[in-house]
Order: sequence, then structure tokens, then C-alpha cells
Amino acid sequence: MTSGVAIVGVAQTCYEAAKDHLAYNELVYEVVAKLLRETGVKMADIHSQITASQDMFDGKTISSMSVNEVVGGYLKSEAKVAADGLQAALYGAARILSGSFEYTLITAHAKESESRRPAVTVSMFDPFTQRPLGLHDAISSGLQAERYLHVSGVTEENMAELSRRRHLDAKKNPLAQRAGDFTTKQILESPQMAGPLREMMVSPSSDGACAVLLASAERASAFGKRAVWITGTGNCTDAYWTERDLAEARALELAAAKAYKAAGIRNPAKELDVAEISARCAFEEPMYADALQLFDGDPRAWIRQSAKGEGIAVNPSGGAITGNPTSVAGLTRLAEAYLQVSGQAGEHQVAGARTALAHAADGICGQGHTVVVLRGNSGN
Amino acid sequence: MAKTDEVIRVPFLMKMEYRYALGAYASRFFQELKDHGRLFGIRCPECERVYIPPRPVCGICFVETGEWVPVSDEGVLVGATVVRLPFIDPMTGERRPVPYGMGIIRLDGASTAMYHFVDETDDAKLKVGRRVKARIRANRKGNMRDIECFELVD
Ligand SMILES: [Zn+2]
Repeated sequence: MTSGVAIVGVAQTCYEAAKDHLAYNELVYEVVAKLLRETGVKMADIHSQITASQDMFDGKTISSMSVNEVVGGYLKSEAKVAADGLQAALYGAARILSGSFEYTLITAHAKESESRRPAVTVSMFDPFTQRPLGLHDAISSGLQAERYLHVSGVTEENMAELSRRRHLDAKKNPLAQRAGDFTTKQILESPQMAGPLREMMVSPSSDGACAVLLASAERASAFGKRAVWITGTGNCTDAYWTERDLAEARALELAAAKAYKAAGIRNPAKELDVAEISARCAFEEPMYADALQLFDGDPRAWIRQSAKGEGIAVNPSGGAITGNPTSVAGLTRLAEAYLQVSGQAGEHQVAGARTALAHAADGICGQGHTVVVLRGNSGN
Repeated sequence: MAKTDEVIRVPFLMKMEYRYALGAYASRFFQELKDHGRLFGIRCPECERVYIPPRPVCGICFVETGEWVPVSDEGVLVGATVVRLPFIDPMTGERRPVPYGMGIIRLDGASTAMYHFVDETDDAKLKVGRRVKARIRANRKGNMRDIECFELVD
């Protein structure tokens, strides 16, 4: 049995509105080949692969079977997670901790450009009482945004400030999809979607893939500073969206508490150097940062601070709001957190980052949450 | 490998037909709505939450629900939005005209909320906390559209 699980390498595609030139296996092979090249690990030594994808987006049941050859899954133990890739990473870590595998390859992929998002996301909803009225995830997010703004006092201007900052930070991330020095006015005047949400406050439709290689402590020791330890994990699912207060993220509080306890973190705002949070919409970020205990008190004060680049570094990559596909977004957060604590984040490196958090949200209005805490081998 | 700049796409229309069974609880709920224009919830014997639509188990207590209780056709908006994003309605295949109002409504006497249209497209009026009342159709078929929409009442 191994004494721990480490991430020894990550790879991402750039994120784009439409990767028209790539089929699924080509898309995923791009990140797997890059990962093997950079880590020097041979596919022959990887016997466990877990992929994450959504059958409805891929238009194919068992959607992992578009990519099995490129993740090296032939005659290996391959499994698919129909949730965010960060949950696939949790399963992968458990496999290594079981002592059965020394490496597990985690991949997540999606091409949202190939289907119509409303037609796909309508299938998340209850077929008897909700679908007959017609809805999709932009509408449920709009309803939730109105609720959160009403309860928290956060304003449309606050959402625009935060969105502006993340898109500005994304300019330093060469893989980011929608980056730029936008003004809050431009964001506030972008087309309305539902309720207070404007186009520039919501992740655009996105195509991309991400891969993460997990290793046992024994294998990780050969990677030096490029090995980053998973020190805590948590996962929690809440009641359905019409049965809980959409202005809070109780499941995230519980998932975070579990991860922090395992990682020995008592004061997250002080002890974490970086938090990569999965927020598709601008209002989700303060709500999730609150549940993660990254600030205490008025979310408006935290937004003003974070928009100025002060306090704990949240989403230095730009975050999911700048464009990451469903199921990939959370694994991307893990990859970005890894890059930060291993000192490989390049232009968007947070100086001295040693401890980082990665978060994924799943389901309607953030019903389920996954949290992973990482610790680097040394300061950078 | 020969390089090509041409992007070749394969369109594929997947029409999938399902016949979802409503089950005993939702069947009785829609039967009541159709026959009497009344909305019913079901109470958890332990925490006394009233669930609408009714279901067999309270997920919080993990006990079987018991008593059917009528809930009001009036309630409060706990979420609201004016939808402006034009989209193809997946239920009809047609572009739905925008704007229109949607709400998450907690009916008086219920612990959970439901999702429905609200006959209001003014952002300043369609606000969390406003009171609403169901406009129930005279000709009912036993589905969610038996409630035409909700209207603001205060
Ligand atoms: Zn109960």
C-alpha cells in the first residue's frame, strides 16, 4: 500500500469555441501524448485509466468508447465518470491508495460546439414537472443568480467587476478561450441571457480536453518538485435545485470541510495560496468562495478586493468563466492548481504558491461539489 | 498524412422517443390537478416537510412520506428571471419568443418549490419575495400546463 497519491504531470488543450479540425480521439490524444512526453512515463506502465465525459454532449452512450485507444485503455482497467473530471481524479486516487495501481491516467473531454446546449441541458431536468415548460441551464442559472443577488446584496456591477478581472488574468494564460482587457461597461452591456446574467458573465460554449497523471508515493519520488501531493479531498451532493436555498452552497461547505480536515487546514483564507474555483457564471464565484471559507463577511467587499488582485489568488488562470467545457472545467482547475504549486504556471504563476485548492461543480445550480487540496514539494 | 484545411462535419439528427412512467405519486398529483384543479403535496412524518411534487421518500430523513396535504395555489417567488436568450424550445422544436418570465415558486403550505412561468417581463417587478397566484386552466389535461402560469398578486 502506498502512503499517498501525487500528481506528476498535467496537460491541457487550448480552449476554443469550436475545435472543428479535431475528432474526439484526436482531441484527447493531444493531451495524452503531451502528458507522456513531458513526464517520460510510458503507457505500458499505466494500467488504470478513468475518463470523464457526458454522453448527451458527445451524442453517444458510453462516450468513453470514442477515446479508449488514445487513453491506452485496451486490455486495461478503464472506467468512465459521467461527471466532472475532478471526480474521476478522486476515483483515480482511490485506485492508487488501494494498492492495485501505481499510476492512473485521468482525462476529461467535451466539444460543446457539436450539439445545441439547450437541447442537451434540458435533459437534466425533471420530465414531469419541469421539462414540459421548456428550460435549459442558462434559465436555471438566471433564476439562481436573481436569488443569490437578492439574498447576498451582490450587484450586477459586482459581477461585472469580477468578470472583468478574470478575463484580464486570462490574458496571461495562453490556453484561455475568452481573454481580454474588457471594461465593466462592456460586460454590463453584453447581451442579456436570463435575469441579471449577461453573456460576458457566463462561460462561452467551449471545446477542449485535459489530462492528469496520478502516481503512488513510490513512483512520485522520482519526479522531485514536479510531484505534487493530494493532501485532502471531499465530495458532497445536495438536494434537487427546487428543494434547497439556491443562494448558498451547503454541499460545498461539507465537501470543503472534509478536504480541509484531511489536509490539516484550519484557516483556508490564510493557508491556501491559490484557489481554482469552477464558476461558470460570475455570481457563483463569491457564493462558492464563501462556502470554501476564503473570506468572512460581505461578499461585495471580497469581490472588490479580489477584482483588484488582492487577498488569496482566486482563478489566476482566468477560471471557467472565460471558457471551459462541461466535465472538463473541474479537472482544468486541478491542472492549474498543480501548475501553480509546482512552479510551472508561467506568466500567471502566483509567486511562492505552495498550497492550492481545486474545485468542481456538477449538476443543476451546483448540486454537487468536489474539492481537492494540493501541496507542492517546496516553495517556488 | 495529407493535410487538408477543409473541415468535414457529419450532421446527425438523433430523435429519441421515451415513454416515462409517471409512477403512483405523480399520477395522483396530476389526477387531482386535472379533476379538481387542486395542488397536493405529501408530508414527511418525521421532519413534517411538505414535498411538491409528491414522492415516496423524504431524502433528508430517509423515511417514507405519508400524508397527502393540499397546498395553496398562492405562494412566494424564491427565484425569478426574465429570459431573454432566444433558444429553440426542446419540447416543441420551435424558437420560443422572448422575453418571458420564469420563477421558482414556494406555494403556501409546501416546503419545496416548483418551477413555472410568471406572467411578467419587467425586471423591476419580477423579484424574489413577490407573491404569486397560479392561473389554472378551465380545460385540464393532467399535466404541468394545466397551470397556465403564475401571476403577481401584490
Ligand atoms: Zn423528512
